[in-house]
Amino acid sequence: MSPLLTLIGVAIVIVGFALRANPLLVVTVAGLATGLAGGMDPVAVVAEFGRAFTENRYVALVWLILPVIGILERNGLRERAQTLVARVKGATTGRVLIAYLALRQLTAAMGLNSLGGHAQMVRPLIAPMAEAAAETRFGRLADRTRYLIRAHAAAADNIGAFFGEDIFLAMGSVLLIKGVLEHDGIDLTPMQIAVWSIPTALAVFVIHVLRLIHLDRKLRREGGA
Amino acid sequence: MIGLDAVYILAGFMFAATAWINFRDRANPKRWKSTLFWGLYAVTFMFGSWLPPFVTGCLAIGMAFTVGIGGLGRHSAPEPDADTRRGSAERFGNRLFIPALMIPVVTFAGTVLFKYLSVGGELLVAPGNATLVSLCIAVLLALGVALPMLHQTLAAPFTESRRLLNAVGAVAALPQLLAALGALFAAAGVGHVVSDLVGRFIPVGNGFAVVAAYGIGMALFTMVMGNAFAAFPVMTAGIGLPLIVHLHHGDAAIMGAVGMLSGYCGTLMTPMAANFNAVPAALLELPDPNGVIKVQVPTGLVLLAVNITLMYFLVFRF
Repeated sequence: MSPLLTLIGVAIVIVGFALRANPLLVVTVAGLATGLAGGMDPVAVVAEFGRAFTENRYVALVWLILPVIGILERNGLRERAQTLVARVKGATTGRVLIAYLALRQLTAAMGLNSLGGHAQMVRPLIAPMAEAAAETRFGRLADRTRYLIRAHAAAADNIGAFFGEDIFLAMGSVLLIKGVLEHDGIDLTPMQIAVWSIPTALAVFVIHVLRLIHLDRKLRREGGA
Repeated sequence: MIGLDAVYILAGFMFAATAWINFRDRANPKRWKSTLFWGLYAVTFMFGSWLPPFVTGCLAIGMAFTVGIGGLGRHSAPEPDADTRRGSAERFGNRLFIPALMIPVVTFAGTVLFKYLSVGGELLVAPGNATLVSLCIAVLLALGVALPMLHQTLAAPFTESRRLLNAVGAVAALPQLLAALGALFAAAGVGHVVSDLVGRFIPVGNGFAVVAAYGIGMALFTMVMGNAFAAFPVMTAGIGLPLIVHLHHGDAAIMGAVGMLSGYCGTLMTPMAANFNAVPAALLELPDPNGVIKVQVPTGLVLLAVNITLMYFLVFRF
């Protein structure tokens, strides 16, 4: 069997996402097809699928936060966050997000990854604050603008976390790099690896701050429309 | 030792409550499908550790087909209107932040404390599980503070998690399905096929071409796998170590660190990294599931170019 046939799953994923088919269905079909193309027996393919699904249950534990966030939201958490931001003179969407980006990157670099996150921070606090900063200046926002600001709030969380965490010595990624190099007979301390994440961390901060300043300009030009 | 099973059962209980409330809601046009989807998900959480993998695999496939045909919809009981929420915000003021901030603070404190808490010479919680167990404790403590403070009933946590889970929809289970896809990719050897393909087209004598191929390869393969951790060992063994380190005598630490971060540029740009891209889009109720990715692509592309340049100028110098 041609080894290229095992790439059928990759093809299914690309075509499926391009056609906007349901992602759960696309991923499941791609997984089963890859296993079969790789010469596995159908029962083994389903069992491997189930084993990995079970083993990775931990990624869904973040949903345990939802009851707390839901209760706080219906009692006005987002409105309170908006009131606070509206009181800060000079607060803009871009500046709110730059402050969060800096905080997220610095805390992640200290190993405090759990201080941020989309369910914990972005939906209940950061996105409403970023929206409120624009509303205070431009009045009611068009839906398109509101969604753009929210997407930027999520992006600031991701970028801060990704490019901060690798500076922390005990982070999984640093240990994975160490492990892969060790396998090849190259022995390095986590410190020797982590320092080389600093140039990229500084570069991404500069790049993304410039983009957020640009976002502020765009909002001012369009006046919330 | 406290393992994760207790935490999984608790989460399963939450999903089961979502299934039950959806079942009772006759106004929901997709009542049966949402009951079935969240019910199956609850079973995989509560009993996953004891069910044979083949059975869990069938349940997961069942979930995918339940939503795959026609979707789940986003029906839910609405939030109270904006005026009520504003009134409540005035009334409770900054006290509303206490339970919200308790979650990160307690999670962090627990993660640190569990390093030292041992019973009979054995750690109470295994180090790898400390953050997740602490998160669970933090949520329970935050509820313990929030419910009396805001005069809520004991049913509120369940009706609220159902409201938000319905808003997020089936994407809630997507990161797990993607992890299962990654496992099958690994079992079938997809990584080696990809690194062979990339390796075949590089002019190996040129230092810049080798560095660029490794950086772009990391980003692309991360976009396919949805995860830089899955791409790193394959790309590094296939291109990074043989070509950059051994053939051109580059520095392994710089290659590894900047290579991993090139993979993260890919994470910013792929729907396969569902928990970073599709999940927040659903959580923030964006109409476009790729809304977050679209905002991240410019930063991702510019940073990838910066990473390749950085690696080229540093890796052969140290």
